[in-house]
Amino acid sequence: MSETWNDWRLGLWVGAAALLAGGVLAGLFHAGGLWACAVLAVAVAGSAVFAGSRAKISGPVRPDAASGKELSSLPALARGVFEQVPDPIMLLDANGRALFVNRAMREVIGTDATNKHVSALLRTPAILEAIDATSESGKPASLQLILPVPVERHYEAYIGRAEMGATVTVIVLHDLTAAKRAEQMRADFVANASHELRTPLAAVSGFIDTLRGHARDDAEAREKFLGIMSVEAGRMRRLIEDLLSLTRIELNEHVRPSKLLQLEDAVSDAAAALAPLAESDNMTVEIERQPGLPLIRGERDELIQLFQNLIHNAIKYGRENGTIRITFGLAPSPGGRNAEAFVFAAVHDEGDGIPADAIPRLTERFYRVDVKRSRERGGTGLGLAIVKHIVNRHLGRLQIESLPGQGSTFTVFLPAADTASPVHVTELS
Amino acid sequence: MGMTDHIVKAFTEQLEALGASVAQMGGLAEAQLADAIDAIAKRDTTRAEAAVGGDKRIDELQQDIEARALRLLALRQPMAVDLRETMGAIKIASELERIGDLAKNIAKRAIVLNREPPIRLTQSLARMGRQSLAQLKLVLDAYSDRDAGGAETVWRHDGEIDEMYNSLFRELLTYMMEDPRTIGLCTHLLFVAKNIERTGDHATNIAEVVYHMVKGGRLITDRPKADTTSETSVPFSSKS
Repeated sequence: MSETWNDWRLGLWVGAAALLAGGVLAGLFHAGGLWACAVLAVAVAGSAVFAGSRAKISGPVRPDAASGKELSSLPALARGVFEQVPDPIMLLDANGRALFVNRAMREVIGTDATNKHVSALLRTPAILEAIDATSESGKPASLQLILPVPVERHYEAYIGRAEMGATVTVIVLHDLTAAKRAEQMRADFVANASHELRTPLAAVSGFIDTLRGHARDDAEAREKFLGIMSVEAGRMRRLIEDLLSLTRIELNEHVRPSKLLQLEDAVSDAAAALAPLAESDNMTVEIERQPGLPLIRGERDELIQLFQNLIHNAIKYGRENGTIRITFGLAPSPGGRNAEAFVFAAVHDEGDGIPADAIPRLTERFYRVDVKRSRERGGTGLGLAIVKHIVNRHLGRLQIESLPGQGSTFTVFLPAADTASPVHVTELS
Repeated sequence: MGMTDHIVKAFTEQLEALGASVAQMGGLAEAQLADAIDAIAKRDTTRAEAAVGGDKRIDELQQDIEARALRLLALRQPMAVDLRETMGAIKIASELERIGDLAKNIAKRAIVLNREPPIRLTQSLARMGRQSLAQLKLVLDAYSDRDAGGAETVWRHDGEIDEMYNSLFRELLTYMMEDPRTIGLCTHLLFVAKNIERTGDHATNIAEVVYHMVKGGRLITDRPKADTTSETSVPFSSKS
């Protein structure tokens, strides 16, 4: 009788403590709706953790009986609730081992973490210190957390301790990446645009001055200058288009695309759009489809743009009257924290090839192997930077192989879709 | 029974605690290198100062790991994988300590660079630095996951950082020849590039240790013969 009463009383205490912690949490983040849901989840799961642990710990439970009592897992109800919360959550036991991580947190750390020590999962020193301090003193803490690799992400991390028979440390992350990125992109855009537009703009205004001045009545010179001005204006237009699309892609780079599609379809569309250009340059584009490849999760327009850039490069830098071959395949995972398998598409050209030391720098913004040649062919120096950011967003990999004199191969590896797990996305436009 | 159980458990716990300390030290080295790279990329002298001060704790942790590993070796005389784990902790800690030193040096140069007018090449350097940071992150993940495949991937990709270094080296030389007034500035950039390249080498060394820890064999000898990706410069693979 009194045992049952104790159970109830303890359950209430835990619920109340969890709500209190939730309140602190919401106050810390000033973030209404989402947090209300998280608070509720913490409260529900908090009591569930406790109920679950009660069943395992023999003898009467004392609120201060933390040492020696270990929670090995979380009850199904709490698991289910936490799993649905869109913010990353991690629960640690008294020894700093992960008791539970929800799906959002698994996406952050990139691996299944259960039973690993927190220092193997979140290595950032500041957060480890804060976890130590909170699990010792019980005082909740919040701090900024930056994860620079693979795509820089910014979080506000909240750490709290729940004392319920066993000690549980709760880590909740709130994603601030979108806001930080928007800020950074604006700064980068202005810097890049003002730097790169200066040269063509100077040329155009120079010719305008000449046309107003001593070339005013020279019909031949006027034609020639107008031709140059038109080329420069075209360059500025392409540059602005590329910068805008780069900015758009970077803004969403941390958001995984959710739609399922066939990679081959995107590649065919890209090739079709460039068919007239290839034809006028006397180049042949051969697509060797391979039936039966798995679907991928991707943003169709971005993938078309990616392959348009690669095929366009192959047309620009391939051998005259040559063939551009596009092949597909399935590559096994390199293991570890990578996806199970990768679908790949490779674009081969028969051009002069690329020097080895230029290869790792090709995706650098405004990097050109041969400045003059790139300018002649209307390159903005952003094509492969765009490719890289699209590949990054898709958690893929870009491989560039080149043999001087024999051509280059650009291969894009994209993770085969794991159709089992739905993805939540909030996109910025 | 209770007695041996207790001893084995205590040993496993000590070994795990050692691993946790190495991971923690890895986190410190990662943060310090990230600070140093950001100090250059964003011309942020505050971050640079943070990175300069950061290596004291790394040094302390290295000494602590070494002392604990030695005590384990002396008192427990571990064998097979346990022995490799213990030795691995000592080796990785010393590589991480070197990375800390290099990050500190990069940060010191960043403070000087940030007093000068910006030049475009610093962005290429920062990019190279991020590549090295990614390698360090991947190899520390491989250590935490005891993932030999991940270690091997890191090991293979080191060639990219070397190629970036070669390319930047040439570009910097051209710069200095064109305008001798930039020699002072460019020399700092050259050293920064070299230091970043060295951090990449240390990440590769860690990859070798992790591989040996997990598999018992050596990366160089275990490697399939057909694959000569990083010995010949072409074909050359590049991860974005």
